[in-house]
Amino acid sequence: MSKLAFFAAALLAVSVNVQAKDWSTIRMATEGAYPPFNEVGSDGALRGLDVDIGNALCAELKAKCVWVKQEWDGMIPALISRKFDTIIASMSVTEERKKKVDFTDKYYSSPLALIAKSGSPLRPALESLKGKRVGVQRGTVSDNYATKFWDGKGVTVVRYAKQDEAYLDLGSGRMDAAFVDFWEAHGGFLSKPDGKSYSVLGDKVFGKTAEERAVIGDGIGIAVRKKDQDLKAALNKALAAIRANGTYEKITKRYFVDDIYGQ
Amino acid sequence: MDTSVITDNLAQYVSGAWLTLHLVFISCLCGLALAIPLAVLRVSRNHLVSGTVGVYTYFFRGTPMLVQLLLIYYGFAQFQWLQDQWQAEHPLWLLFREPYFCALLAFALNTCAYTTEIIAGSMRNVPHGEIEAARAMGMSYPTLLRRIVLPSALRRAIPAYSNEIILMLQGSSIASAVTLVDITGAARNVYSVHFAPFEAFVFAGLIYLVLTFALVGAFRLAERHWLAHLQPRKSAAAPVPSA
Repeated sequence: MSKLAFFAAALLAVSVNVQAKDWSTIRMATEGAYPPFNEVGSDGALRGLDVDIGNALCAELKAKCVWVKQEWDGMIPALISRKFDTIIASMSVTEERKKKVDFTDKYYSSPLALIAKSGSPLRPALESLKGKRVGVQRGTVSDNYATKFWDGKGVTVVRYAKQDEAYLDLGSGRMDAAFVDFWEAHGGFLSKPDGKSYSVLGDKVFGKTAEERAVIGDGIGIAVRKKDQDLKAALNKALAAIRANGTYEKITKRYFVDDIYGQ
Repeated sequence: MDTSVITDNLAQYVSGAWLTLHLVFISCLCGLALAIPLAVLRVSRNHLVSGTVGVYTYFFRGTPMLVQLLLIYYGFAQFQWLQDQWQAEHPLWLLFREPYFCALLAFALNTCAYTTEIIAGSMRNVPHGEIEAARAMGMSYPTLLRRIVLPSALRRAIPAYSNEIILMLQGSSIASAVTLVDITGAARNVYSVHFAPFEAFVFAGLIYLVLTFALVGAFRLAERHWLAHLQPRKSAAAPVPSA
């Protein structure tokens, strides 16, 4: 009888645990190929601004962060299939993605930018890019934008699995330009030796029409599964806290002189 | 399962399948054309000659095709010299700028190495009696190769070669690593837009499956045609009763 009671109690404990998952451990995924936001250090550990922000949020929530490295194009399916609990990988908040997952408030925002050899006459506009080859990372907002507004209209859009592959082909001359997130390009390519003869050409792309803005999205947030509303609320609270107590600014200043939070 | 993911992107899959098919077809054709003379050299009694070809097949069979492809596509492009040739629009070196050519080159060199060994092995297995008979007829070595050894060896190599082609078809999925949109590349694009890995990859797998079965069928016909003399004899027509 006492055995039965024990099992019943154990069962109850388990089912309670399932219903209200406690977030003492949060599994956070990032790509590890998007410097300076996320990259793999020489010691094999993930690091970068995304990782620092994630760790600061965990500290705020008194939770343990477990970092998972995940290829970019499998991020959202892997989140849905519970391989980890959050994506903090410089992911833009778009309507398309919001159909599958939920996002926290933004933790920074980035316009898009066209990168090419300094002094090139190219501009991020259809007329200027006709007959040119433009590299993008597959499944990013740059890809979505280039696919929607340029591809098949005389511009060859070439998709790469990783951002650095696009830079490699830009450097070798295979691509005429790369279309990327401005801050990533600024901190991960243009400020490095490989990128010294390249620059942002024309204006940064914030989206002129509502249609363009819908593709570019609304800042960069942390993705969580739709049913984990408690986690989303906790992360939002922690995000507001680190913004208020100066931790956020301390982290971003390690990587950027300018403010990357935006309006 | 959401079939609209597939039907909405059918055009992409079709053009991907077309790219896969002509990549595999052209690379296998070039590989085979080059493999026949190389196999002749590979079975040469001269150790220097057979050894040189052996080094080539050893290298290409001993390293993964993906590594070979990445070396040709990203590796070579790292050299300033090649980049300068591209700037100068040198027609030959400009080919190395194209992902299609890089994939074709890597695939052809790879399949050629395997095919060389397949054919060379088959040449070593030509029955001695056939060769002795040809020698007794006074055939020179080139004539012996052309009339006896190669026809016999190529026929016997068909089953092993069909495996090689099927492996190439499936191995060609790495073309998507150098920005080509083959069947796998199409699936990756669909996957990253719709976040539906199951639908995207199951359909890609299905296309590969259909193509593989078509190849198996084609090779079965080829074997029936060219290897008829090696097949167990079908029961002969009922003997005519003697008068």
